[in-house]
Amino acid sequence: MHDTAPTRRHSATDEPRPARLTLIILTVGLLALLLFAPLATVFAGALAEGLSGLRAALAEPDARAAIRLTLWVAAISLPLNAVFGLAAAWAITKFDFRGKAVLITLIDLPFSVSPVVAGLCLVLLYGSHGALGHWAVAQGVPIVFALPGIVLATLFVTFPFVARELIPVMTEQGRAEEEAALTLGAGGWRVLRTVTLPNIRWALLYGVLLCNARAMGEFGAVAVVSGRIRGETATLPIAIEMLYNEYLSTAAFALAAVLALLALVTLAVKTLLEWRFADQLAATLRR
Amino acid sequence: MHIEIDDITRSYGAAVALHPVRLAIPSGALVALLGPSGSGKTTLLRLLAGLDFPDAGRVLFDGRDATGLAVQDRRAGFVFQSYALFRHMTVFDNIAYGLRARPRRDRPAPAEIARRVGRLLDLIQLPDIGGRYPSQLSGGQRQRVALARALAIEPRMLLLDEPFGALDARVRKELRAGLRRIHDETGLTTVFVTHDQDEAMALADVVVVMSMGRIEQVGRPQDLRARPATDFVREFLSA
Repeated sequence: MHDTAPTRRHSATDEPRPARLTLIILTVGLLALLLFAPLATVFAGALAEGLSGLRAALAEPDARAAIRLTLWVAAISLPLNAVFGLAAAWAITKFDFRGKAVLITLIDLPFSVSPVVAGLCLVLLYGSHGALGHWAVAQGVPIVFALPGIVLATLFVTFPFVARELIPVMTEQGRAEEEAALTLGAGGWRVLRTVTLPNIRWALLYGVLLCNARAMGEFGAVAVVSGRIRGETATLPIAIEMLYNEYLSTAAFALAAVLALLALVTLAVKTLLEWRFADQLAATLRR
Repeated sequence: MHIEIDDITRSYGAAVALHPVRLAIPSGALVALLGPSGSGKTTLLRLLAGLDFPDAGRVLFDGRDATGLAVQDRRAGFVFQSYALFRHMTVFDNIAYGLRARPRRDRPAPAEIARRVGRLLDLIQLPDIGGRYPSQLSGGQRQRVALARALAIEPRMLLLDEPFGALDARVRKELRAGLRRIHDETGLTTVFVTHDQDEAMALADVVVVMSMGRIEQVGRPQDLRARPATDFVREFLSA
């Protein structure tokens, strides 16, 4: 006979209590060190000179220009990359063709190439000495050190997000529902609108939100192609770095707080949508 | 509708799915395409539906060449192996899909669509599930909804790919009877694919036995049993 009763467990995969506690403390501790503390510091730094100091920092024309530019770049890049990502995922999951594996690898390229290198490539190609850039400047539309260059760099860096989110979902769902719609008489556009898009809308939304976060925060590639012209081509991250280097820490932290806030809003939107459409989300994920 | 398959071939790269195949399906028949996996039976069904196209040969519907006819214009009610119900739509919207996809001038009014969907739900003996989502249905219910959705377009023929494959034995027997009843009520030319010889023999008027992309024998179930044309047919039917 056993003299000690065995620990009661609710299921075979339940961990014993000490192990669970250790894991939870480890996770929370890491999050606190790496996430919460820096976030709190950013907001504290922004408010170091009080609300009026923050207001004054954000009223600077250059700060306003940086915020506006960042929002513009995100607003242009998101729809473009949503469409590109959808097209790429569609081609890869719905068709069989030669070179498919190469295409999948190429889509991941922006993840592995350093953004600075990507920025340099854009400068070489589209700068006034580059073949394409020379022509563009002659047309009066300079690309490098201007908005088009910043958008190009952002597109390059954020390209994989939408496709990466969509490919596994579309692979898992297969082609059967589209084929069913076709046999019921629907044309290509109707199938896309009524079957394909509704089935992938959550993955598409996640991809776009990730893309958005990255587009607004991108530093390396944009730093190279933008030329860092204050008030003209300095996006939020660039403006923050420039202000910080000039020991204007309140102004730097004020903009950093804006950037962090934009990221938090993105997160809140995602959570809100998940909560609001929980039923439909479950219905599309379950079979 | 009378279906004629005239020396159809289909290959995927080096793999030959169908050698020249010739088959006539009389109007109103209930036909089983029976064979092991890889015998070409699903390929043949998809060629009839217009989901795939032959390399050579012709398909005739009521004597008219339909080889190049687009899938949307064939009016073939197709029930997929995993049913392929639209998971983000209710049962009602699933069944109404084909009617709403019609060009505006042929599209019934919403009240008429609702009436027809209601009638189809009665036909599959599930009158009260219109508001549910596919994920809330059992396997047998999903299969019947897929059948109703295919029937909603007033098809010229009914094509079913392993319609009972994913179901347990009791539900399978029940749905077999259901398909027979619906076939007899609608009089539609019906072709279903199966690898289960019991199912083919119990349900079909005519059984087409296939192997390695060729048709081995065509005949009524009792004739196949009495006079198997090849060793393959004898062995497959006795398995």
